[in-house]
Amino acid sequence: MSPMTIPQQIITIAICALGTMLTRFLPFIVFSSKKPTPRYIQYLGKALPCAVFGMLVVYCLKNVSLLTGTHGIPEAIAIAATAGLHLWKKQMLLSIAGGTAVYMLLVQMVF
Amino acid sequence: MKIKALKAAFPYTIPIFAGFWFLSLAYGILMNVNGFSFVYPMMMSILIFGGSLEFIAVTMLMSPFAPAAALTITLLVQARHLFYGISMLEKYKNTGWKKPYLIFGMCDESFSINYTAEIPPDVDRGWFMFFVTILNHFYWVSGATIGGLIGSLISFNTEGLDFVMTAMFVTIFLNQWMKEEKKYTGLIGIGATAACLMVFGPDSFMIPSMLAILALLTAFKNPIGKCYESDFDRESDESDPADHISENNPGYETAECEPETIQTQGRKNK
Repeated sequence: MSPMTIPQQIITIAICALGTMLTRFLPFIVFSSKKPTPRYIQYLGKALPCAVFGMLVVYCLKNVSLLTGTHGIPEAIAIAATAGLHLWKKQMLLSIAGGTAVYMLLVQMVF
Repeated sequence: MKIKALKAAFPYTIPIFAGFWFLSLAYGILMNVNGFSFVYPMMMSILIFGGSLEFIAVTMLMSPFAPAAALTITLLVQARHLFYGISMLEKYKNTGWKKPYLIFGMCDESFSINYTAEIPPDVDRGWFMFFVTILNHFYWVSGATIGGLIGSLISFNTEGLDFVMTAMFVTIFLNQWMKEEKKYTGLIGIGATAACLMVFGPDSFMIPSMLAILALLTAFKNPIGKCYESDFDRESDESDPADHISENNPGYETAECEPETIQTQGRKNK
C-alpha cells in the first residue's frame, strides 16, 4: 500500500498533471499568436521536428543494453524490417504491424 | 464536416490504439497490483495523459510524500513537450475553442501525427487534429481503466508488443526525414540523443540530449535555415502581392523543402 495519505496522493497527482501542462502550454503562452513569433523560434519550429522524431526513436530504445542480454539484436533486426517495409511499400500501418510482428517472433521464439 | 474529419483521422490512430492499449493496460494492472482503485489510473490518465510520467508516478505514490521532488521529476521527464509546442505554434493557430484541448492532449503520439499527417484539403484541420488527440486520449484512458479494474486476471503472451511504439516512431521519422532537404537535422536528433544516452545513462539523458540538439541546430542555423526561408517570408508578410502566386499554388513555394508527403494506408489507391 501507498505510504501517503489520500490528500498527499492527490497533491502528488496534481503536481504531475500541472507540471505536464506547464511544459505543454508554455511555448503557446510565451509566443502568443497576437505578436509575431521571433525568427529564431520560427526556425526551431521548422528544424526541430525531424530531430525530435530521431530523439523519440532513441528514447523508445533507452532500456536496450548493447553489452548484456540479447545485445539489441532483436531491436536492430525489427527496426531494419520496419524501415525496409516502409521504404518499399510506403504504407505506415503495414510497416508498423510488420516490424512489431518480427520483433514479437524474435523475442518470443528466437532469443 | 466532423464525420469527414473523424474518418480521415481514425486510420492514423490505429497503431496508437494498439500501442496505447498495451501500455495503458500494463499501467492499470501495475496500479491495481499496488493496491490502488481503478479510479487512480483512470483519473491520472485523464489529467496527466503522458505514459512515461504515469509509470514513474506509480513509484512516487509508493514512496514517502515528496512534492518538490515530484515537481522536479515531472519537469525533467516532460521537458520535451516544450519542443513540441514550439513546432506546433503555427499548426495549432486558428483552431478556436479546440486549441486549449489540442495543447492539453499534446502527448508524443498526438504531436507526431498532427505534425506529419497529410490532411486532405477538403478536411477541416482543426477537427482532424481534435479527433486525433481525443481518440488517443480515449484509447489511453480506457486501457488504464480496464487494466485497473481487471488487474492481474489477464495473461496472454504479449511479450514484445510494446515495440509497436518504436516502430511507429521509426516510420514517422522516415516520413519526415525523406521530406527534409537537409538530412542532417534527423541525424542530429539520433546522434545527439544516442551519444547522451551512452554518456548519461537511461535515467538522465533527455535534458542533455535536448540541450545538445538545440546547440547543434543553432550552430548550423545558416545552412539548415536556408531551406525554410521561403516559408518565413510567406508567413510574416501576408499582404505582399508577390505572395498571391504562392497562395494560388499551395505547396508550390515550399516544394523544394517539403515534397509530396508519403500517404499512409495507401488511401491514394482507393
